[in-house]
Amino acid sequence: MSSRSAILERLRATAGGGPLPTLNPAVMERRHWSAPERVVRLRKGMEAVHTEFLEAKPATWPDVVRTFCESEGLKNLLLGPTSEAGGALAATWAPGGTQLVAYDRPVEAFKTELFTSIEAGFTGTVGGIAETGGLLLMPGPQEPRLLSLVPPIHLALLRAATIQDSFWSAVQALGWTRSLPPNALMISGPSKTADIEQTLAYGVHGPKRLVVVLVDDLT
Amino acid sequence: MHADTDILFRDSASKALLDPQLRANFRRAMDGLMAKRKAQFPDPQDLQELRELSTAIRSRSLLNLPTLLEQLETNLTRNGIQVHWAETCDEANQLILGLLQARGAKTLVKGKSMVSEEMHLNAFLEAHGIEALESDLGEYIIQLDDETPSHIIMPAIHKNKDQIARQFSQKIKDAKYTEDVDELTAMARKVLRQKFLDADAGISGVNFAVAETGTLCLVENEGNGRMSTHVPPLHIAVMGLEKVVANLEEVAPLYAILTRSATGQAVSTYFNLITGPRGEGELDGPQEVHLVILDNGRSRIYADPQLQATLRCIRCGACMNHCPVYTRVGGHAYEAVYPGPIGKILTPQMEGVGVRHDLLHGSSLCGACSEVCPVQIPIPDIIVRLRREATHTDATSSVMGKGSGRTNTEDWAWRIWAGVLKRPALYRLATWFATRFGRALPGSAPLLKHWTAHRTKPVPAKRSLSERMRAEGGPHV
Repeated sequence: MSSRSAILERLRATAGGGPLPTLNPAVMERRHWSAPERVVRLRKGMEAVHTEFLEAKPATWPDVVRTFCESEGLKNLLLGPTSEAGGALAATWAPGGTQLVAYDRPVEAFKTELFTSIEAGFTGTVGGIAETGGLLLMPGPQEPRLLSLVPPIHLALLRAATIQDSFWSAVQALGWTRSLPPNALMISGPSKTADIEQTLAYGVHGPKRLVVVLVDDLT
Repeated sequence: MHADTDILFRDSASKALLDPQLRANFRRAMDGLMAKRKAQFPDPQDLQELRELSTAIRSRSLLNLPTLLEQLETNLTRNGIQVHWAETCDEANQLILGLLQARGAKTLVKGKSMVSEEMHLNAFLEAHGIEALESDLGEYIIQLDDETPSHIIMPAIHKNKDQIARQFSQKIKDAKYTEDVDELTAMARKVLRQKFLDADAGISGVNFAVAETGTLCLVENEGNGRMSTHVPPLHIAVMGLEKVVANLEEVAPLYAILTRSATGQAVSTYFNLITGPRGEGELDGPQEVHLVILDNGRSRIYADPQLQATLRCIRCGACMNHCPVYTRVGGHAYEAVYPGPIGKILTPQMEGVGVRHDLLHGSSLCGACSEVCPVQIPIPDIIVRLRREATHTDATSSVMGKGSGRTNTEDWAWRIWAGVLKRPALYRLATWFATRFGRALPGSAPLLKHWTAHRTKPVPAKRSLSERMRAEGGPHV
């Protein structure tokens, strides 16, 4: 008998005894805030773990990104050229200064470059989480997975109107509970560790800085 | 009285207690973790509701376990993730070795996985010429010194930064001596980024496996989990068979209570949901993803209605952080993959209540663990149950090694005790002897010496209570 059948057979010999306990999710549904309060909470939660915020308007956010890149003296910024956010940024990017690099090849073709010479990555988000602070990302063909992970700085575009109350409400609003893309994730700050003496240190394996470009689209 | 093969917690615990550095390291870390957890649960009502919800979710998952595992397998397979089943650690190791060899993988990076510790996977792979490098900072630190984790969440918590500074300066090429935590972290980053870039494969654990969507959830702060699962061309995840939950809604409360209970964080830096390998049109992510589902005694634990609660565990480590024993002796004294209170009930069930019976007695049954457990596992009740299992052979019991902790000495001691208590005349005679001559008994007398090795000798009263009652005119007894 295969291990699979043997294991399942043993489990089946026991399973199913008694009624299933009922679930009372009231504690998950208690958290609601107004849209402006959601922005405040998200910022507070994420700033507590060293996330930086740049304030922007729907029409001006590409300039805000540009100004940030120039003031930081970034050599380059990696983005998904066909993604909504990446495409919009690329469309307005004047030559000179920080150079835009398109993530448009399979990673195997430029893995070393990605790890050693890219200084920042730019992604969109599909939402945010007010209760604890956090961004929701759905990497995919337009926005590869490593864009938000390997470059030392991760710039993420967040539209205030997409911020949800909690992870609980967000996964329902986004339909993640029924089907998910190959990768989806929540990010609440730059990479961190407390493995040495419980002392927090930032930038251990992932980005050293997480910079949120917060677009005020509430009015 | 014990067999020579038994692993004695009392010996290693006694040794650990004499190490002031170790005790200081644990005391500081555990005090910090307890305070941080407490700050995350300001409202006791909310906490209790969240615990009850989490308990109900895990209990439901277990009641439906075989169905959920099959559903998980179906949906993972549909998503392109290949599923493998292993009854034993050896079988799981062989499976993983086969997957690696089939692709010619020579180097691999690992995200943190306690199940892979249970399998002793690193040693196994290294014996077969494959380098398995731990990439979680704590795991990396202990791997450099060839140690095992002393805590399931913070594996290197037994070391302080001076010890790590010395270790890095000796073991990392071109590293200078520094006690600055940021600089130490930067050194590890430099070494490990190159390893992520070069690795042929990545191995990770699983925090929750979602049956309905066929998704593997990983909770982490460092980004090494994402690196290990997204950068190399091959990703192999390993999990104990109890990790499955029905759907993503049920993950939300478990995730909320996991990070708060574990490290006192409202949320982790990353919560990574893996539902497939590199998809159509994707430019990165692994080309192949596999999941190895391990039993290793879990289906036996599952068979007992009371002990099944052991499998509700979501591996937050709060029971360790709050345990007065763990805090004083540290994780290594348990000589087990899972230390602390959860380890005390898990290890004897996985390795046998006979050989690990000593662990079951290293507890004052104070209940601090079950008070903080996010899924309300009645750890003290299970300890008491397993103590009984260690010395009894109930026909219906499925506990591994049941009765094998029984000794003739203890057997006779209880028989004599029962015989005396059942016969009033004999009882009076025995107490008469104990009160008259008990204090003359040397501390080194057989049996008594086990008590006096660590404590002062008990001194019996000059007269028994019933004697005094009779003599001093109390009610007749």
